Amino acid sequence: MSHVVSPIRETLVSGGKSYHDVTNDICKQVEGEPTKEWKIAFGVSCIVFAYGAYCLGYTWWQGIGVWGLNKTVGWAWDITNFVWWVGIGHAGTLISAVLLLFRQKWRTSINRSAEAMTIFAVLCAASFILAHMGRPWLFHWALPLPNTFGSLWVNFNSPLVWDVFAISTYLSVSLVFWYLGLVPDLATIRDRAQTKAAKFWYGAFSLGWNGSAKTWARYEYVSLILAGISTPLVLSVHTIVSMDFATSVIPGWHTTIFPPYFVAGAIFSGFAMVQSLLLITRVVFKLEDYITIEHIEMMNIIITVTGSIVGIAYLTEFFIAWYSGVEYESYCFINRATGPYWWAYWMMMTCNVISPQLFWFKKIRQSILVSFILSVVVNVGMWFERFVIIVSSLHRDYLPSSWAMFTPTMYDIGDYIFSFGLFFTLFFLFAKFLPVINMFEVKSVMRGVSTNFPAKKKSSGDKSKETVH
Amino acid sequence: MDSTERYLVGVFDDDEEVLHAVTEVKNSGVKIEEVFTPFPIHGLDVAIGHPRTRIPIAAFLFGCLGLTCIFSLINYTMVFDWPMIIGGKDFFALPDWIPVSFEGTVLFTAFGMVGTFLVSNSLWPGKQPKTFDLRSTDDKFIMAVNMANNKKSEAEIESILKASGAIEVNVKQF
Repeated sequence: MSHVVSPIRETLVSGGKSYHDVTNDICKQVEGEPTKEWKIAFGVSCIVFAYGAYCLGYTWWQGIGVWGLNKTVGWAWDITNFVWWVGIGHAGTLISAVLLLFRQKWRTSINRSAEAMTIFAVLCAASFILAHMGRPWLFHWALPLPNTFGSLWVNFNSPLVWDVFAISTYLSVSLVFWYLGLVPDLATIRDRAQTKAAKFWYGAFSLGWNGSAKTWARYEYVSLILAGISTPLVLSVHTIVSMDFATSVIPGWHTTIFPPYFVAGAIFSGFAMVQSLLLITRVVFKLEDYITIEHIEMMNIIITVTGSIVGIAYLTEFFIAWYSGVEYESYCFINRATGPYWWAYWMMMTCNVISPQLFWFKKIRQSILVSFILSVVVNVGMWFERFVIIVSSLHRDYLPSSWAMFTPTMYDIGDYIFSFGLFFTLFFLFAKFLPVINMFEVKSVMRGVSTNFPAKKKSSGDKSKETVH
Repeated sequence: MDSTERYLVGVFDDDEEVLHAVTEVKNSGVKIEEVFTPFPIHGLDVAIGHPRTRIPIAAFLFGCLGLTCIFSLINYTMVFDWPMIIGGKDFFALPDWIPVSFEGTVLFTAFGMVGTFLVSNSLWPGKQPKTFDLRSTDDKFIMAVNMANNKKSEAEIESILKASGAIEVNVKQF
């Protein structure tokens, strides 16, 4: 059958759970009163969100002159934050789509929250895109709509227009993928619901799902095809983001290595973010039996692999800058490592290239505390990577008289804080009102991988039909 | 036709058992209406005798539609309606159009396919499902037999279901 698992594999769900235990464990936090920890965490994120909303509101009202940009450095924290959040978002799709295509069963207990994270991260990224337009209420000018100035259209040859299409397609397809995955689990909650409100809301959103064999057969095809189209989609999104830079003529940006380098960096930072969130979620919601050390180790291995790819990309860039013989390119890279922004460059190198190499040691890979610290370190490093690429390439241009430095204002910082407030407010709402683990997918991989089931399988083979629960 | 539909509902508590039971029950000459499970069981739809789904064909057609629409739009705006010389390139700059054409194709495929899925299973917000057993979304595997489609007596069918491993057999009327 489909559930053939090597005996040397670690079990994916520990604690000898039955199917009913899975339902109970995951529905518990949706059905119960919010815990004190949740209320505190949600309250704090709302305060952060409110402060950020003030800063963003002020930016929208006054214009982006309140940022620290100058005529030399025209892109700084806005685009840094945008690329950082979009990159983080990639892990959710990677986990749910690519790992589905590769039949990686360990994805089942983490894909739900990773996909939620994708959607929230892309929304955060979108907030910077809107803000950096300067006049966000005219964002529809980036869409191919006939307008009042005659038949003037958007330029489909421009990577910035590609980006509009890529990000909006990515957001909407991810949302559909995530919601469709939620429907069977919402039906589970609906069928257990005790209160009128729960019956109404979960009933409405579960679309009348009944789990018939015919529905499931179609459902599996739909998931497979969605995974199949999401995989090139997610790769195209960060490829196109990198082309915003790579198709320009700025030294340090104009390189063909950018698409694969950005995609690897996106997976790297995204997995680190998933790791940070899951390590907290598993403790807060007591999900240690579902998100096991095995899961954490798998994530750490992917972080090491992608971190090493990113490291090689950094070195390749340097080599090519010298080997190409283009003096502007060479200067740009020497300036990155030894110029006034040397600290940002070495921060990036340490966090992204050196720190993940600690995961070569099994003890470190399996340590929850170290995994958490390193996952945060990686995301700090990846923020600095985007800052280095953007600001250090711009701040010393062809004309030394216009060389400048970038200093963030409180609104640069405040808008960044806004994105954290938005992200965590949405994530806590998700964690309270929706099942954080995909129950039906976990149930479907439990036979042969849960400690409960090998014994059961034997007993169902003989005719005695004893139930071992 | 009678306004009430009468069903015999066999409850199973194991996914592999229900898969074997479907074949056994069918071989004893009972027509199974549908099986409801908390998670997908591979081969169950084939065992019941449902025809193969045509969702992939729908997805492909929506993809073709998406590609055609978005490509026509780009071609119309960039070549016919308002041609602009950009970097001395042809108006018909095919390589530059690949990213947006691709995104459009994916968008149409995803929404078209999911829409088809919802319509073909008649799923919509607020729909009341026909629930045979509330536990079918938790941990039980529910086999529904429509009495109108079967000539055998209820007692006979009940014993067939029990023999194939059902832990309970209930009667459900709609």
